[in-house]
Parts: sequence; structure tokens; C-alpha cells
Amino acid sequence: MSIKLRVNGVERTLDVDPEMPLLWAIRDALGLTGTKYGCGEALCGACTVHLDDQPVRSCVTPVRRAVGRAVTTIEGLSPDGKHPLQQAWVELGVPQCGYCQAGQLMTAAALLKAKPKPTDDEIDQSMAGNLCRCGTYTRIRAGIRKVAGGQP
Amino acid sequence: MSRVGLVTRRSFLLGAGLAAGGLTLGLFGDEASAADPPAPGALGPGLAPNVMVHITETGVVTIVCARSEMGQGVRSSVPLLVADELGAVPERVVVVQAVGDKKYGDQNTDGSTSIRKFDDKLRRMGAVARTMLVSAAAKQWNVKPDTCEAIDGAVKHAASKRSLGFGELVKAAAKLPVPDEKSVVLRPWAELRHVAKERLPLLDGHAIVTGTGAYGADIKVEGMLYAVVARPPVVGGKIAKLDKAKALAVPGVKKVFEMPVPGKPWGHQPWGGVAVVADSTWAALKGRAALEITWDHGANAVYDSAAYETKLLASVRAQGTAHRTVGDVDAAMGKAAKVLEAEYLVPHLPHLPMEPPAVTAKFDGGACEIWAATQNPQLARTEVAKVLGIGEDKVTVRVTLLGGGFGRKSKGDFSAEAAFISREAGAPVRVQWTREDDLKNGYPNTVSAQRLRAGLDDKGRVVAWHQRTAFPPIGTTFGGPPEPSINDLQQGVLDLALDVPNIRSEACRAEPHARIGWYRSVYNIFHAFSAGSFIDEIAHARGVDPRDAWLEIVGPARKLSLEDLGIPKLANYGESLDKHPVDAGRLRGVIERVTAMSKWADRKTSGRALGLAAHRSFVSYVGVVVSVVRDERRKVRVDEAWIAIDAGRVVNKDRVHSQLEGAIVMGISNAMLGGVTYKGGIVEQPNFRDAKIARIGDAPRTIHTDIIASDAPPGGVGEPGVPPVGAACANAIFALTGQRVRRFPLLAGVKV
Ligand code: FES
Ligand code: FES
Repeated sequence: MSIKLRVNGVERTLDVDPEMPLLWAIRDALGLTGTKYGCGEALCGACTVHLDDQPVRSCVTPVRRAVGRAVTTIEGLSPDGKHPLQQAWVELGVPQCGYCQAGQLMTAAALLKAKPKPTDDEIDQSMAGNLCRCGTYTRIRAGIRKVAGGQP
Repeated sequence: MSRVGLVTRRSFLLGAGLAAGGLTLGLFGDEASAADPPAPGALGPGLAPNVMVHITETGVVTIVCARSEMGQGVRSSVPLLVADELGAVPERVVVVQAVGDKKYGDQNTDGSTSIRKFDDKLRRMGAVARTMLVSAAAKQWNVKPDTCEAIDGAVKHAASKRSLGFGELVKAAAKLPVPDEKSVVLRPWAELRHVAKERLPLLDGHAIVTGTGAYGADIKVEGMLYAVVARPPVVGGKIAKLDKAKALAVPGVKKVFEMPVPGKPWGHQPWGGVAVVADSTWAALKGRAALEITWDHGANAVYDSAAYETKLLASVRAQGTAHRTVGDVDAAMGKAAKVLEAEYLVPHLPHLPMEPPAVTAKFDGGACEIWAATQNPQLARTEVAKVLGIGEDKVTVRVTLLGGGFGRKSKGDFSAEAAFISREAGAPVRVQWTREDDLKNGYPNTVSAQRLRAGLDDKGRVVAWHQRTAFPPIGTTFGGPPEPSINDLQQGVLDLALDVPNIRSEACRAEPHARIGWYRSVYNIFHAFSAGSFIDEIAHARGVDPRDAWLEIVGPARKLSLEDLGIPKLANYGESLDKHPVDAGRLRGVIERVTAMSKWADRKTSGRALGLAAHRSFVSYVGVVVSVVRDERRKVRVDEAWIAIDAGRVVNKDRVHSQLEGAIVMGISNAMLGGVTYKGGIVEQPNFRDAKIARIGDAPRTIHTDIIASDAPPGGVGEPGVPPVGAACANAIFALTGQRVRRFPLLAGVKV
């Protein structure tokens, strides 16, 4: 079945099962592999993308639900890889293996858009769905604080 | 649109045994760092005195990284060490990832070895090239080589103010004989200009934050299909009945076939089951769900964690094989004024790398190419060759970035499995493991019981120390006996510095029912938990400060000989005792440092519940203090942690700090939340809902890390941070609640 999606500002047409999770559609059909699989059950956040600025877990979002909405993946978070969070992440050396970080960045970007100066508790609440097995949480928090204009 | 992972001649088909596009060192993740890799075919003419270093006539230095990047920062560290020894400008150094090949030496990125085992060897590779460049320049100038210096990508002669760039010297240098690597002179450590700085750039930082880094699942080759495998839920299980019809009816499913049944010992063999190959991951998953399989679970269906615990405890309540003996424990216990005893339990701990295994395999014309998130590409090569029945020379294993490894990805099973599936499917295939697969069909850490007894004299001093440890050793996965060996006991039992006149440490039998493997810091996790908790228990029983008890029991600063330790030999992580002694002074050093950092002495007045533990592993020493609180929801959690490491010389300080931060969080996952259990031979926690690991709110708000300045030979860094965290947590919980919890997950045992 033919599905039309707007991904990172570009119209794309895919021939996939409308029930296919958005995760596999963007990874396998569109070749955008920055969005990661970690659990498939909305438990880890590795697959986080934005649907109209809202962070969603693409592993449990059927691709049909994205029709008519703007899908943003890590590849489209900024045109040049210079979103303030991306810069902060590199400067503070946030990533270890990096596998969770696309999801962390997408969740953090949505948080800051909704709440430019989050408290530590608000950071913890918003980021609670994003696991990092390497344990980069203190630096993730520092990165968000830095962009929010506080102390890293 | 991003083309990451799409295999092009540029990015992967580099020939000359090299894989993965190069990135330049020295840039802070600027897009310019994604420099073009060297041209296909080879690295072109130039100076290539060994397999690790190549310099072109334009002065571009290529350094091969033969170790796998899994978050420890090896790609940002090891090549820089070579470059520094050479005298290169980091901006002109390109790093390329090696394929699996014995010519690179040991590539198994495991056991915290990348720096400790290779720092000398790697530096010599750089020094050989430098020596040749310097000789070429000296010859041209007619001066003595030792009056020249290689620095900033050029050879300079200070007296005559002459300078020639590396590129200009390449032609002449390449004609010189290659000096023996043992004969070249290394720079004094202090003269290295880039390593050991506070902050070094992350080679893959920009790629990671823009989603362009290629991990195991991000590789796409022409004509590729997607596969998942329905593996027997119990290790050693088989298919009793299979109906493929419904799976084959799923649109997109191309092929369904049975995998070979592995025989004992499991080793690195694929786990068996049924492969479903389709035109998308989703179709493969739907096809797998539609399979109708009746399993014959086999002998391990008896595995039941609750019942097994009774067996483990019975094992440590009976005499085992003594591997460490000092004095006479039984006589000393008999005379002791007081005897304390305690038993500790640690369940299987799963690796749970955020990236479950994922491999792309292309079997074509009798040869096989593999792209794998593997810690051990040489082993993957061997296992792929074995499963296909072809020569290793027909197998190429390319290493992607790893989304975490922690020991899981040092196994060959998932690479061999993908290779087999590609051959049967008649197409290149990417095999994706789901989280359930990772949990049910992995190689979790083993399960253990510990029994410790201490005899105290009338002044409270420990005069006897008796430890028994039971766990199925990893050797059982490879056909070994079900009793820990003397080499297994190196991990925190035999090398525990004790100033105690009577010691006995025994290994006790435990039958395996799971396919166990090594997980970050391995047996040290439970040995450090039991010993570190027990020392705290002794302190409280005596009414003394746990810090003082630690220092007293470890004893004065001294290096312990085999005789002092009461052991015939010590595996010592493959290191000699001369180079890496068991040094009580260094263990004391980290205890003293971490207690100073955490203001341990003020804990009563500041009202904090702190727990302390320390441990030697991978020939490094780590001290940990954690603070626990009971939050508004009456949940006990770690709010702050301090960790100090003495790992000898370190190469990349920031990555050491980040490894320690990660170790605290992983240690908290292990101790507070972690572990999986079996029922009917099947893991009872199939996904993160039940297999719990720390989320951001479970991790401390602040982690203070410190590296003890040292000139000692480098020790491990990736693993040693983890072991002391468990006991530190248990000891802090005792300080907070007065409850002594002797089993992981600790939180399950705390009544709030
Ligand atoms: S893969 Fe979607 S939340 Fe884990
Ligand atoms: S950086 Fe490895 S999982 Fe987060």
C-alpha cells in the first residue's frame, strides 16, 4: 500500500503495510538509520522521533498514524548537525557507545521546546523513558542544563 | 537523505584489509571530521612500516584501529597514542577500522585490555615510523639523528632551524630498512603532547549526535533481505513440531528454514531454531510471530532459579576445594572470641547493550563478508568459517560501531548465525535480534552464592577469614567442569589483600543450566559484593568506622607475594606480578582518596547515609562511596556517588571519567534493580519492563570521579569501576535503614 509521509521536510512515498511501525518504515524503507531499535515496546526510547514536535516512540507508532503529520528524525533535528543540544553533547562528551543518543536528543529537544528552562526534576521526568545502558545520565542532564542556560 | 550504512566502495570496500571510512583525529566533532577515507584499492604509495601506520607523500597519516569501539572511546584514544608517539598533527591523522585479521594481533576487545596490554606495542608501531622519518631527514641534512626531533608532522633540526614535513620524507624513509620495533626508543610519557590531556575530542561524536554513525543494524547492501530467528527458549532445546505455513503466508516473507541444532558444549555456536527471511524487518517479525512451533525444551527445562538457590547455598555450606590457604583457619576460628558469618546471593545479570546483536552477512561465490557489531572480529571470522565449512581466508569481518558490548558481543554466535542464514537464503541478509532474543538467548553473567566467615579476637581484630564461592564458571559453556578453577578465583578472591593471619578460600561446585558468559567485570561483581559487604558487617559488629575497618583488614601498604597471599599462582589477568603486583598500598590509596572526596568523616554531622567499598580488578584499584536517600515516594535511591581509580598511566582522561560514571550507573543497575531469573529453563524477564536497568531518575544526580596520578604501567579501566558499587550500595542502605541486604537486587530486600 502506498503511504505518503513528510519526513524531515521532504515528501516521501513508501509502499509498506500501514500497520508497520514507523521505526521500521523509516529505517528499512527510507534508509534513515539514525533512529534506533532498542525494545520494540515503548520501554527504552531509542526510537524516539517527533510527530509535529511531539516526541513519540516510533516502534509502537503504526506508520499510518504519521500520515499528514511532520515526522522529524535525528537526521532532521537540525540542517547542519548544529542544534544546540547536538553541540552541547559533543562539547561535554555525552555519548559513550552513542546508540541511545539519537533518542535522548530527540526527547531532550522536545522538552526544551516545550519548556526552555526545565528543573532537574522536570528533566528526570521527561527523560525517564530513555534508557542509556552506558550510564551517560549525568552528562545528559548537564547537556540539557547547558542549553537551557544554566550550569552544566 | 542519509546514506549511512549503505555500503559503497568509498565507505567500506577499502581493500588493503581496512574497513570503515576514516575520520580525522583532533577535531571537535566538526562536520569536517567526516573526512574522506583514503582512496579504494590501497592506501597508495607511502611509508608503511607496519600494519598500523601509513603515511602518504602528502603527509596524511593513516592509523588503523584494530579494537572495537563500544563506548569506551577506544577509537578516540588508541590511534592518538600512536600518532603522538609518531609526532603527527592529529588533524592530519585518519583513523580506519581494521577488519578481523591475525596480523593486527589480538583484537578481542574484552577484559579491559586495549591500553593495558597494547600501549607499549602500539607506541612502538608509531616509534618505528618516526625513527625512519628522522633517519631520512638526518641523512639528507648530514646530521646525527639524535639531534633531530619529530614534532607536529615534521622532522626538525633545531640547531640549523631546518624542517621537513613527514610527507616530504616519505619517499626516502620508505627506502630505509624497517628497524626492529623492540629497538626503537619511546618518547618519555611526559613528552607525549596529546594523550593524557584533560579533554580529548570524541572521534565519532559528530556522527553519533547526527545519527550518521553506522552500527550493526545500519548496514545495507545491494539486494539485502531481513531476518529474525525463533530460537528455542531453553538452551539446548529443539524443535519438536514446526508448521511454517502461516509464516510463509505473511506478505513479504521469503523463506523459512530450520537452523542447525547446536551440540554441547554450546561455545560460540548459533542457538538453533527457525529463521524467517523477509523483505523488511517488520515482515520478518510478523512471520516469526505466525510460526507454529512446539519446542522440546530438553534437559535444561528443569532450571528454576528459586530451587537452584537452595542448591547453591547447600554447596557453600559444604567444604569446597581450597585454593588459598594461610595459617590454620579452623584452629583460629575455634579460638576466636567471636565468629561472624554471612551468605550472599547474586543472580544472573544480563548485558542488555542498548543495541541488541545485529549482523549483516553476504555469502556469495564461496566467500562470506560480514558486517558485525562485534568485540572480537577474529573469532567471528573463525566461527563464520566453521559454520559455512570454508577457509578463514574466504571470510571478511568488518567491524561497525557497537551500541554497547559489555562482553555479549565478544561471542561469535550471532555472526555465524547470520552467515548461515545468508547462505541458505541465497542473498545478503541482515539479522536483527529483538530485545526478547537478547534476554532469552544471550550469555548472561553466572549466578552465585558466597559464604563468608570471620573470626575476631578479643580486641575485635580479624584473625581468621574464610570464604566459599559457588558459581557455574564460564568454562562450562565451553565444556569445562562445573566448579570454579583457581584461575576463576583470581577475580577478587585470591588477589584480595588481607592483613589476616589465617585465611582459606574455597571454590564450590555449581551445575550450569544456562549458557553463561562474561559480563563487564564478571565474577568480580559478586566477589566484591560479598567481601565488601562483609567488611562493613565486621565494622558494625565491632562498632568501628567502616573506613577504619577496611584499612585495618587490608593492612599496611605492601606488595603481597604469592606466599603472602597463600596461593600457588595467580592468573593476574595475564600480567606478571612484577609488573602488576597485588599492592595493598594502592588499594588503601583509593579508599583514602574516595573517603576524602566524599567527606566520609563528616557523614554523621551532615546526616548522610554513605556506603564504602573498594576492589582490585583487571590490575586496577577502585574505591567507591555512594550516598542513598529515601525520596518522597519512600523509594530508596542513590543521590550522589564518588569513585576513585588507580589505573596507572591513563591515555584518555575524559574517557576514563566517563567509564567510571558509567560503571556507577551499571553497578547500580546490577545491585539495586538487576538480575534475571529462570523458570522452566526460560528467562522470566523478557523485556525492559521486568529486566530492570537504571533510568535517569535511578542514577545519581552527581557522580564525582577522580583518577589517581600514577606512573605505574596501565591497568584496566572499562571494567574495574563496576565491582565495588554493589557493596557500596548495600553498605549505604544499611547506614540509612539498619537493614542488611545480602542479595541483589538490593531494593527488593529493603523494607521501607
Ligand atoms: S525501541 Fe521504541 S522505545 Fe524502545
Ligand atoms: S551511550 Fe551507550 S546506551 Fe547510551
